[in-house]
Amino acid sequence: MHFISPVLWQFLVNWLTHFALFPPEASGIAPYTDALYFFLVLISLVGMTIVVLLVVLFSVLYRKERNPEATQIEGSTLLEATWTIIPLALFMVTFVWGALLYFRIYNPPTNAMNIYIVGKQWMWKAEHPGGQHEINALHIPVNRPVQLTMISQDVFHSFSIPAFRVKREVIPGRYSTVWFEATQPGTYHLFCTQYCGTLHSGMIGEIVAMKPEAYEAWTAGSTSGASLAQNGERLFASLGCNSCHSGAGDARGPSLAQSYGGKLQMANGSYVNVDEAFLRDAILNPTMHQMAGYAPIMPTYQGQISEEGLIALVEYIKNLNSNYRVQQTLNTSQVQAPAAAAPVNGQGTVKP
Amino acid sequence: MSTATIVKLPPQETASLPKKSYLNSEYGLKSWLLTGDHKRIAILYLISITFFFFIGGAMAGLIRLELLTPQSDLMATDTYNKVFTMHGVIMIFLFLVPSVPATIGNFLIPIMVGAKDLAFPKINLLSWYLYIVAGIFTIAALVLGGVDTGWTFTTPLSTHYLNTHVITAGLGIFIAGFSSIFTGLNFIVTIHRMRAPGMTWFRLPLFVWSNYAASILMVLGTPVLAITLVLVILERAIGIGVFDPSKGGDPLLFQHLFWFYSHPAVYIMILPGMGVISEVISTFSRKRVFGYTAVAFSSVAIAVFGFFVWAHHMFIMGVSNYSALVFSLLTMLVAVPSAIKIFNWAATLYKGSITFETPMLYAFGFIGLFTIGGLTGVFLGSLGMDIHLTETYFIVAHFHFVMVGGMLMAYLAGVHFWWPKMTGRMYPEALSKLAALVTFIGFNLTFFPQFIVGYLGMPRRYAAYPPEFQVLNVLSTAGATVLGIGYLLPMIYMTWSLKYGKIAGANPWQATGLEWQIQSPPLTENFTETPIVDHDAYDYEWLANKTEHEVQTVG
Repeated sequence: MHFISPVLWQFLVNWLTHFALFPPEASGIAPYTDALYFFLVLISLVGMTIVVLLVVLFSVLYRKERNPEATQIEGSTLLEATWTIIPLALFMVTFVWGALLYFRIYNPPTNAMNIYIVGKQWMWKAEHPGGQHEINALHIPVNRPVQLTMISQDVFHSFSIPAFRVKREVIPGRYSTVWFEATQPGTYHLFCTQYCGTLHSGMIGEIVAMKPEAYEAWTAGSTSGASLAQNGERLFASLGCNSCHSGAGDARGPSLAQSYGGKLQMANGSYVNVDEAFLRDAILNPTMHQMAGYAPIMPTYQGQISEEGLIALVEYIKNLNSNYRVQQTLNTSQVQAPAAAAPVNGQGTVKP
Repeated sequence: MSTATIVKLPPQETASLPKKSYLNSEYGLKSWLLTGDHKRIAILYLISITFFFFIGGAMAGLIRLELLTPQSDLMATDTYNKVFTMHGVIMIFLFLVPSVPATIGNFLIPIMVGAKDLAFPKINLLSWYLYIVAGIFTIAALVLGGVDTGWTFTTPLSTHYLNTHVITAGLGIFIAGFSSIFTGLNFIVTIHRMRAPGMTWFRLPLFVWSNYAASILMVLGTPVLAITLVLVILERAIGIGVFDPSKGGDPLLFQHLFWFYSHPAVYIMILPGMGVISEVISTFSRKRVFGYTAVAFSSVAIAVFGFFVWAHHMFIMGVSNYSALVFSLLTMLVAVPSAIKIFNWAATLYKGSITFETPMLYAFGFIGLFTIGGLTGVFLGSLGMDIHLTETYFIVAHFHFVMVGGMLMAYLAGVHFWWPKMTGRMYPEALSKLAALVTFIGFNLTFFPQFIVGYLGMPRRYAAYPPEFQVLNVLSTAGATVLGIGYLLPMIYMTWSLKYGKIAGANPWQATGLEWQIQSPPLTENFTETPIVDHDAYDYEWLANKTEHEVQTVG
């Protein structure tokens, strides 16, 4: 069949084998997004057809040969009201439908499992709670809601999975979240869609959606030996956080156990929700988040902890149910002060 | 092919250009560079924006060539980033924003309102010089090694992470902004204060209304861009920390400030084009624009609503859900006046006596492509839909349908329509119809596939992309080639027509505007005596009576 130019031939083969109008529908949200898309395409087609029909019809009926003399018409309030109100009504339907979809996409269910994402020029890092790290890849189970808590270490990035119809900006200095529930096992594109410099188009990766068994196997096979919270615990101890946040009655810092998800009273009398963003910010800018009843003595950790380290700390504090181990670690390190480099808690070696 | 036409040219054997006109009132380069005549300044603008259009177009050609293959093989990714940045900066700030107002508007607004010149001729000239300085800064940024921020200058990328000529390009845009503020100011004052006796607000041609609306946007919106750019430059030069989160700044603040200008800027670009379409449709269907008042007020409505929709560029950026709701609602509302305009133009054709000269073909192209551009804007204004579509080629296709399919078609319609008035000569009709057709086909082939590849998820500003997107990109590149020919053709035949075009006479289209009642090309002072206006815009009966009267008195 190579009597036509091989380039053209390859192009035709490409056309036939790769032509698609829609990306795969691989998440629970995708059908909802596509439904709205079909609706919008439909009203666009109808609107477009009406405009084109009117223009073509009038051009034929009232061309100069057929209609040498124009009839002057001022306008028609009724007609104009019609083509104001009908588009307005359709746009309002679109607005409500789009808003419902938006809330569906951006409000995660409470039982979603959480994975942290750090974006940096030019790679995606994923931190699983079980301690698995990935670069430019994300393994997830199907049929289970997954929430991503994301932050950028440098510039704006944007985390986009077309097959799931989700996308969210990844912003320096603040957590943003997105959630999805994969429905089809498979490998899908992950793109950075916010222009981020030289290798923007190289900041891509794979989303691997796996059946639960396969996912369990992957989780077990990819573990680094310590969970994210355990890494956080080590960091907590090595930064000396435990010396103030010990949970003891006379401690210089507030107890952190079971603080996550609750409300705290600030020195200025206001109350704040303790969420990931608050915890991160309180570590970096403690003077801005002075708790009632404590002296403003905490130093800032701005520039001293990487975003991954902050994530580990946040995850640790989120899961901190009691101060028992905090105090134990404190006692151990005081007793064994000369041997500070020794492994803590017997959970593998301390990361540098 | 129909031969019906409304064109009435003087007998070519005896016809000649007027002995005195703005073109030959003075000679020499100095008489042009120091002119206060709005028509000469319009010509200066026309030449300079054409120059920048072809530079920006060359950049577009390079982008499409790179995207012919999935790999980044024609140029390094850094080079690609610089090329699309320059394409955006030049096309938006040095072509689209000044295109219709500073050329066609500059030439026509004083004549349309019956004045001798704009209110501030020297400020008008200053505005052109500022434009040129802005152009020099931009070209300097390009020649010295380029800038790769994207035209959006997103912080903290532009302030902390790039090592290119951000400040030079930023200053260029800053200066271009003042050029457009001065143009807008001049238009507003002229339209308020210099209308001829009898030229009431509701007798103004719709072209004047739409330029008035755009001028308000220019004067109120552009200063915000200037402030934003100054902050970016200060942050980059001395690290003031307004946008830097590690210094307590907020990178989202930049997005708010930038889009507070850059969304209204879309209307700065499109509104004057809509004005051109109203004039063209009316002239070639020999009818008053259907619902004149509604069309006039829809321009003002677009200008007002246009200021309150900026955050729809930020739906996925973590703005609060409730503010997203408000901005989505307002976005839906701003789509309504555009829909009104489209239907009013279509209704203008009803019971008209329609001919299909080149400006009319471009106007039809505008209606079709702008409708698609507008409707896909509704996709993007719809919150949930926007999540999937934003930052992909869908958005690229959308704004090119509005800006290139809409605005550029309107600009070309306008340039063809008023070419006989500006130069006194006709462009070649058959060739220009061909160019209009080539542009339309090339445009659709270039940008329609981008809607599909966008829905498939291809991100914008990618030098390399997954191979399954190649077919659609090849189509797009092929279309860009056709489109390029469509733009080169007018460039060639318009230049040819300056010497060889038929003599146009005062009113080749039999149009009603004041500009058509004076000689082509006009005198420096436009009118020999102050016109007294006693009829509405688009009053073809008045025109017929006047012509009859002239025949009687002259005969």
